[in-house]
Amino acid sequence: MKRSVILFLAVIAILCTGFAHAATLRLAMDADPVSLDPHVQLSGGMLQYSHMVFDPLIRWTQEMEFEPRLAEKWERTDPLTVRVYLRKGVKFHSGNELTAKDVAWTLARLKKSQDYKALFEPFGEPVIVDDHTIDLKTTKPYGLTLNMCTYIFPMDSEFYSGQDEKGLAKDAIVKTEHSFANENESGTGPYVVESREPGQKWVLKAFPDYWDKNKGNVDTILLTPISEDATRVAALLAGDVDFIMPVPPQDFDRIEKAEGINLITMPGTRVITFQLNQKRREELKNPKVRQAIVYAVNNMGIVEKIMKGRATVAEQNSPEGYVGHVKELQPRFDLEKARQLMKEAGYEKGFTVSMIAPNNRYVNDEKIAEAVASMLSKINIKVELKTMPKAQFWDEFDAQVADIQMIGWHADTEDSANFFEFLNMCPNKETGYGQYNSGNYCNAKVDELTLASQSETDPAKRAKMLQDVERILYEDAAFVPLHWQMLSWAGSDKLKNADKIVNVMNFPYFGDLNMD
Amino acid sequence: MFAFIVRRITQAILVMLIISLIGFAIKQSVGDPIREITGISVSAAEREALREKLGLNDPFLVQWLRFIGKALQGDLGNSFYFKRPALQVILTKAPATLELVFSTSIIVVLLSVPIGIYAAVRPRSWLSRFFMGASIVGVSIPVFLSAILLIYVFSVGLGWLPSYGRGELVEIVPGWQSGYFTIDGLKHLILPSIALSSIMLPLFIRLIRAEMKEVLETEYIKFARAKGLKPGRILFVHAFKNTLLPVITVGGVQLGTLIAFTILTETVFQWKGMGSMFIESVERADTDLMVAYLVFVGFIFVTVNTLVDLVYGLVNPTVRISGRK
Repeated sequence: MKRSVILFLAVIAILCTGFAHAATLRLAMDADPVSLDPHVQLSGGMLQYSHMVFDPLIRWTQEMEFEPRLAEKWERTDPLTVRVYLRKGVKFHSGNELTAKDVAWTLARLKKSQDYKALFEPFGEPVIVDDHTIDLKTTKPYGLTLNMCTYIFPMDSEFYSGQDEKGLAKDAIVKTEHSFANENESGTGPYVVESREPGQKWVLKAFPDYWDKNKGNVDTILLTPISEDATRVAALLAGDVDFIMPVPPQDFDRIEKAEGINLITMPGTRVITFQLNQKRREELKNPKVRQAIVYAVNNMGIVEKIMKGRATVAEQNSPEGYVGHVKELQPRFDLEKARQLMKEAGYEKGFTVSMIAPNNRYVNDEKIAEAVASMLSKINIKVELKTMPKAQFWDEFDAQVADIQMIGWHADTEDSANFFEFLNMCPNKETGYGQYNSGNYCNAKVDELTLASQSETDPAKRAKMLQDVERILYEDAAFVPLHWQMLSWAGSDKLKNADKIVNVMNFPYFGDLNMD
Repeated sequence: MFAFIVRRITQAILVMLIISLIGFAIKQSVGDPIREITGISVSAAEREALREKLGLNDPFLVQWLRFIGKALQGDLGNSFYFKRPALQVILTKAPATLELVFSTSIIVVLLSVPIGIYAAVRPRSWLSRFFMGASIVGVSIPVFLSAILLIYVFSVGLGWLPSYGRGELVEIVPGWQSGYFTIDGLKHLILPSIALSSIMLPLFIRLIRAEMKEVLETEYIKFARAKGLKPGRILFVHAFKNTLLPVITVGGVQLGTLIAFTILTETVFQWKGMGSMFIESVERADTDLMVAYLVFVGFIFVTVNTLVDLVYGLVNPTVRISGRK
């Protein structure tokens, strides 16, 4: 009898210590990932998901350096080739083992994905050297092969091959309807999707055969989307969730003051700008007028008053840490100078322009637009401002319905050239460059340097080119830079290393999280 | 009678067609679903191809007729976000909303009847004045504000009740996840039900009070008093019965208002029912789901109203005749 009691107690004790290490993270995001298929959409949410359920070949550290994940090491063997050595003994959730074949299969699928095909356009057919070595080939010299490796999350080629019970190909990428990959996953990542009700609740369980033994102790993640800002914050304050992302800026102070809750912020990389349409307005073709506008906009004031200091004043596209960032460029608010420039350009009396901005896409977007409109009135430019929800904004943006349009941009490649390719190169329907250049700014030198940078594999030379582009854009006042948004998360202090798992891409590495 | 039924059903079909037309008109101006389902760097050509594939480039009328044709076969389109048939999505969300509406109705009935009667019988007492004053305040505070206040007082401040969601659920029949059978689920129900009932409660208290006061003045009540019946019996059996008729009529109409207000309440409490689903579908420009919701809710209303009319016609023949003239 006594013995069995002791045995019973021992079992309980073992169970308790066993449980003490495992923890459950209740995570609230503003929206949940839209699918289980990592290639269905290129968006922050889907990449956050990919980092939980899949692993990239390489990932960024907080300091923006490359960290080996499924790729153990790599080397550039010639200007067209990067040889990647895969980690051995990595298991997919299905039990299959990761081989070079899966990487090649994933790359081929990325090239078929509507959202990723443009990013992977430079890539050619990879060469499988052996089971754990693969040569990633580009069709011309390409300096961003490693950046792109952060987007290659190998998928289980065997698991996703064949047909499902409805007779549809399992590897089909379907955005709006049922597909096998939308509802099933087999990645190598730290978590397995146990159950999922879209828009409601996700249960993610730690993958027992995960290769990285050196990871955090969270064994269950309960992901709930809470779209309402106030409710998300209240849920954290009430202790109903452990971690929220993003934190609405108006609640920063409250969360900082709250006991047992930590606010984590980081300077982000999404730049908020206004584009000045030279095609619609003769006046905006004049560099002096554009400079006057830049001089008239007090972006330091916007950061201080509207963003409450939770943003970094921008004077160029590339944030600090990007190769194209030019340190010596300074913000240019100077009302006297702006008036002077308007006078020189012959527009002392000013003129009237139209402006559009979204009202639910960027942090405080509507307020920022209103502030800029009133700042421009100081140099006699009268602004007719119209704001609208993001669902309507982009069509209007594309149609270039206004003279001045707001756009925020984050470089998917984490590289300066991406800004120029989409925002500043001459718009060209055929090549697709300048797709979001609603200012119609066009400078042959910018195009030349940006294109040259694509095939430059010497990092120093490449940086020089990209910095030159930033300088030209600055001199030309090609656009009005405002600020880089700050990223924000908040978590209870049960989370031990929450500040270490976040990064400027906003892909928290939950696999590394430790909790009490 | 047959002609009456036919006329009523024709009207119902006409109303449904108009609802779907209005839904479609709204859909056109909500925004572009393609933008929502593609990343921002996707090329314009890719986007155009997808738009063509989903039939979004067709003229308004063609799209509408295609929708009607499919709707007749029970297909209300496909939710872009959920990647499932819209009707199926709505049906999985319906139980959450129904449970919320049901709890709210119980609160409203249990509170409005005694308070209303009390306020009618003792109009001058301080308690009645308090209830009347509070009901003015209650009806004037928008539900999203009272909901947030409730969360901050009872979840964040006092920590008594959970702040969001439905809590632990039990599947009672396939497809029906119920929160009624767990302590946690019931706890989650409290705040949203109170917030939602704050809309209806003042209205019903005032309605019952007014009706009751009127009835208490009538001859038969005076007679009952004179006859020496017990005051309790006069109030609850003779008087209250007669106040019920208008209350029930208004209650039926107010059901629509209640469903409309679930949209706000569900959004604040992140109660994952049809209401929050609708708001999210508008935000995501998930237009097919949005139209499907409008048509679905419209269909329920029209069906209920038509049935009520038909039953009324059976019960009270003058209704049938008045329409003819």
